[in-house]
Amino acid sequence: MTAQMDPQHAQYVAAQVADARVNVELETEGMTLNIGPQHPATHGTLRIIVRLDGEQVTEVDPVLGYMHRGYEKLAEVRTYPQVTTLINRIDWVGSFANEVPFVLASEQLMDIEAPERAQYIRTILFELGRIANIVLFLGDMGVQLGAVTPMFYALRDRELILNQIESATGGRFHPNFNRIGGVKDDLPAGWLQDTKSAIAKIMSFCDQAEGLIVGNEIFQERTRGVGVIPADVALTYGLTGANVRASGVDWDLRRDSESPLPYDKVDWKVWTHPDGDSFARYWVRLQEVRESCRIVDQLLDSLPSGPIMAKVPRIIKVPAGEAYVATENPLGEMGYYVVSKGGLEPFRVKIRTASFSNMSITPWLLKGAYMPDVVTILASLYFILGDLDR
Amino acid sequence: MPSAEEEVAEVPKVDHIRQELLEEVKNQLGSAVIGEHLSPGKDLWVRVQTQKWAEFARVMKEKLGFEFFDFLSCIDWKDSPYGRSLSSAVDIELGNTEQEPPAEALSTGVAGGDTRFQMIARVYSIKHNVGITVKADLGESMAIESWAGIFHGAAWHEREAYEMFGVSFQGHDNLRNIYLPTGFEGNPLRKDYPLMARLVKPWPGIVDVEPMPEVAEPAKTTPSGASTQNPDAGGAP
Repeated sequence: MTAQMDPQHAQYVAAQVADARVNVELETEGMTLNIGPQHPATHGTLRIIVRLDGEQVTEVDPVLGYMHRGYEKLAEVRTYPQVTTLINRIDWVGSFANEVPFVLASEQLMDIEAPERAQYIRTILFELGRIANIVLFLGDMGVQLGAVTPMFYALRDRELILNQIESATGGRFHPNFNRIGGVKDDLPAGWLQDTKSAIAKIMSFCDQAEGLIVGNEIFQERTRGVGVIPADVALTYGLTGANVRASGVDWDLRRDSESPLPYDKVDWKVWTHPDGDSFARYWVRLQEVRESCRIVDQLLDSLPSGPIMAKVPRIIKVPAGEAYVATENPLGEMGYYVVSKGGLEPFRVKIRTASFSNMSITPWLLKGAYMPDVVTILASLYFILGDLDR
Repeated sequence: MPSAEEEVAEVPKVDHIRQELLEEVKNQLGSAVIGEHLSPGKDLWVRVQTQKWAEFARVMKEKLGFEFFDFLSCIDWKDSPYGRSLSSAVDIELGNTEQEPPAEALSTGVAGGDTRFQMIARVYSIKHNVGITVKADLGESMAIESWAGIFHGAAWHEREAYEMFGVSFQGHDNLRNIYLPTGFEGNPLRKDYPLMARLVKPWPGIVDVEPMPEVAEPAKTTPSGASTQNPDAGGAP
């Protein structure tokens, strides 16, 4: 490198600088950025086409379907007990929760009800599935902001819950434990005590996450006031779960629907947050895990004795009719609209998944956001690709 | 199918909230409501005229406070031409049923219906904790008004119904495939769209294994057949 610049080159540099100044004053040219379908921030195979003006997003077009498996069609050619195996794979992180609304809808059509003990076991495993699911989110949100450590704590402590699900059902991720009229097996010996100690560990993980992430200044800077969703917009887009509770809507299907699951027998609270931003969504989910721990703890104490299966025929034939049953799943409302014409198979199953509706707000929500916030907003909405694409 | 009267007789509980809601909906929409079904303690269905589909959504949202959009989809009521629900012979034998030919008359679900395709949607009131499912018939043109302007969340659900059933939503400004690739031919959730995997290899049915082979003839005739079949019993003195 020469100490003195060639005068011709200096002139060229000066012209470039002048050009750059003009460019700053004038509008920059728009740019299209393609995020995914193989991008870590998209949790799988979601593709998002973003139109950018400088750092600011002007248009968002999510492209779905890279993982579309056609469950609604496949369910039409399976018998009712076989469908639960299939729908386990929708939200694969908290998959016990996927089975429950379908089984409840079938039971409603058949006009049978599972015995009390079976409902308790269902609820306990449902809540364990929720904990396994949301604990992963609590760690993963840190990764999206560059903090990798919480993820490892989350994976470590989630393992305790998965072990409990595995020892009761035989499957870590896909329990397939629900039967129409009850559950497959009773709980193994010593399970209650082991679950209690696992729950205690999760409670301490929540405290840890609160200190590591919620109390972190960088996290607060990046999430407070970012991606704000007003309550009325959230409802018109069909947002559910923690996403809508973070916008101040006090609504939880566990408390508010006429469900046979014994949520009314335990003492717990529905948390809401008035802000509606990414921070509020994280905070509400953190409280939700704590409440789930409380629910499981109380249900384990009050687990009634009795049968775990109602009297059902060996070959399940569901009378003609229609039923829609939805439950509050880890990601939000999940419901099955089951249409029966009286056969061995459902005639039509419409699966309403939480992530599909939750993500439909993204074209509205990401408009005007800055590019680095796109990742945190997407992460805070929390979707599972299987739940989005079905 | 159990009629509404039978279900009321079974469950003596009267569902006041849904009963009042049904009266209110009928007051607001008048003759547009052409079918209804109330299942006490479970759910409420109404069927509206096709041309009043969007008006129903507007009335529910603006007058009755049903601000939460749940889902929207379509049902094909035609029986599958590939046999009854594509059951295999084993299913039919175990289920004690017969391979029924597709029904001549179209059978539709609760709240009635006259056409092969029916729209179905659900809205919910958080204030009253009650939901209502609405249906509307789809004529030959498969055209119906879009809800996307009223409930923004309906936009994606309508794109799904468009590609899966071929419903054309009027007033939807972005009606294109959502899951399927652009240019995909056919509407997969229609009953006459074949599920190729099932046609190529029949499903084993309720039992996941093939039927056991016939027991060999000598074992049946020998009186001590059990000992020859069971090596443990035969080996012990």
